Amino acid sequence: MTNWVELVVFLVLFLVVTVLGFLAARWQRGGHLEHLDEWGLGGRKFGSWVTWFLVGGDLYTAYTFVAVPALLFSSGALGFYALPYTVVLYPLVFLPVLRMWSVSRVHGYVTPADFVRGRYGSSLLALIVAITGIVATMPYIALQLVGLEAVLRTMGINASGILGHLPLLIAFVILAVYTYQSGLRAPALIAFVKDILIYAVILVAVLYLPAKLGGWASIFDSAQAKLSQPSATSGGKPQGSILLTGSNQLQYITLALGSALALFLYPHSVTGVLASRGRAVLKRNMVALPAYSLLLGLLALLGYVAIAAGVKPVTNNATGRPDANTIIPALFDSQFGSLFAGIAFAAIGIGALVPAAIMSIAAANLWTRNVYKEYLHRSATPRQEARQAKLASLVVKFGAVAFILFIDPQFSIDLQLIGGVIILQTLPAVAIALYTRWLHRWALLAGWVVGMTYGMYLLSIIPNPATGRRHFGGSALTLDKLTILGWHPFAGSTVQIYVGFVALVVNLVVAVVVTWLLRAAGVFNGPDQTAPADYHADEGSPRLKPVADAVAGAPGAKVVASE
Amino acid sequence: MSDTTPRPSPRPAERSGWRFSAWNLLLLVPLLMLVTPWFNTVTPRLFGMPFFYWVQFVWVVVGVACVAIVYRMTRDEPVTNAPDELGVDDLDERNVR
Repeated sequence: MTNWVELVVFLVLFLVVTVLGFLAARWQRGGHLEHLDEWGLGGRKFGSWVTWFLVGGDLYTAYTFVAVPALLFSSGALGFYALPYTVVLYPLVFLPVLRMWSVSRVHGYVTPADFVRGRYGSSLLALIVAITGIVATMPYIALQLVGLEAVLRTMGINASGILGHLPLLIAFVILAVYTYQSGLRAPALIAFVKDILIYAVILVAVLYLPAKLGGWASIFDSAQAKLSQPSATSGGKPQGSILLTGSNQLQYITLALGSALALFLYPHSVTGVLASRGRAVLKRNMVALPAYSLLLGLLALLGYVAIAAGVKPVTNNATGRPDANTIIPALFDSQFGSLFAGIAFAAIGIGALVPAAIMSIAAANLWTRNVYKEYLHRSATPRQEARQAKLASLVVKFGAVAFILFIDPQFSIDLQLIGGVIILQTLPAVAIALYTRWLHRWALLAGWVVGMTYGMYLLSIIPNPATGRRHFGGSALTLDKLTILGWHPFAGSTVQIYVGFVALVVNLVVAVVVTWLLRAAGVFNGPDQTAPADYHADEGSPRLKPVADAVAGAPGAKVVASE
Repeated sequence: MSDTTPRPSPRPAERSGWRFSAWNLLLLVPLLMLVTPWFNTVTPRLFGMPFFYWVQFVWVVVGVACVAIVYRMTRDEPVTNAPDELGVDDLDERNVR
């Protein structure tokens, strides 16, 4: 059955956001949108507030908001890794992000692959980084649809087959059209609405629900009681625990650290960073963004609240299975009045649109700068680049919809897991290169190949007893299974570790060893376009490259002089 | 790709590539939060919340404090100190060469 009040509230808010999305094209407008700096980076002039909302909307996605509590609901303390992940994140990236901003602003880089291209003079290495970014981002976009769909199905729009996906398709067509028109300004403006709604909903939920359900003590007790029951699929072992166990502590640590290292390697995070006006804006944001972490931690605990409230996940009529991701929407549905539940659903739904838009823009920028312009149309003008990126953003979005429509959504969840592992493999080429060019470009390539292959292999030997799958069943590797060319260094151990972390270590070791060999052999390491002072240039510095409208308007300004 | 025209070599007035401030070491402090055995217990509870959970919320504050201190103590860093209150359009004007 459909809850009409919830649906009407949802639709009204969705409509408001759609109007904003179209109006965004006129907001803070520079010259015209026919340049990647304008369409793809919002004119590179967002201030502290806009950046806070934009990056916040970008990193804390609808999927995070439904999946993290769902993980606590089903397996306990491990799911709380999201909190340490977002706490160690900002101190870790504080300095590298500033260097990335400066060097990109001096040379007009739009993507992380542009930077690699400039730093090592290797279009091959840039291509590898770009493709890794696109492949890692695509399933992430598809996952935003999973978040949106969880909300729609809870509201009762839960038809079977292709028809059941129709509302999703409509929502995404609207999103695609205004992103096409307004570029990065659309998600930046919508993020305001999304975050205000999310903050309101979460604060009410974490204050009201525990009071209603007998306080935090009884919520944690009932969570522990339910999690300690033996699970049906793993031979009498408990489903989970509200504390970490001997075997998943290392997984908790490496997953938090690995995810923190990976986040700012994702192209959409870099897009948010490059769109800001200056270093001071970014620094302020690194201090202020953890406000979202607090929110995420509180939200995660709603997974336990759902256990205490006895909420059952909604069955997805398209796949016929109960969908664990509906647990938070189902909790809101059962505990709140229709009006407030409608607002909560709109918050999550709009929360899916903001990152989906930014991610598709980031992927489109990568495609345009590092594939199209590099290999297909070397003499492309800024106008042609912008047009190509706009078209690519459409392709990327419909690719994501096709993922959900024609392939089991579980597949995109698995791919997202893999996405974290593969994006980590670009850390040496992107993050370390911000500091030093000691690692050789061919060594980076070798490290990437080995890290990627090894990571994929390890993922392929992880089974998932809960779903009965034998391969790609998760990202937690039991050390017992860890093999190095047939050798099992930790045979018999039940301790688990995050695959991405293992693969990154292998990648770094290979990169260092090969660098050492190549340096001994005296192999040329490519030309470096950047100068040391580029990494510290701030707004107002004469080193900075003028942004879009200044360049595009100036006669004879040939930005595209490709060598 | 982007311009490869030779730029004038960095003037001596601009700072070099490596800059180190001892304050930056504070950024390593939040990593201590990853030592989970320190706090993987139920007691002491706060508002009924097990130690494991509430202490990690406290770490959010520690993380913010560390980054905020580094931000304030390394403020002299910008090449030109452009206040954030500056209008967007003014900035654009200045960027036109």
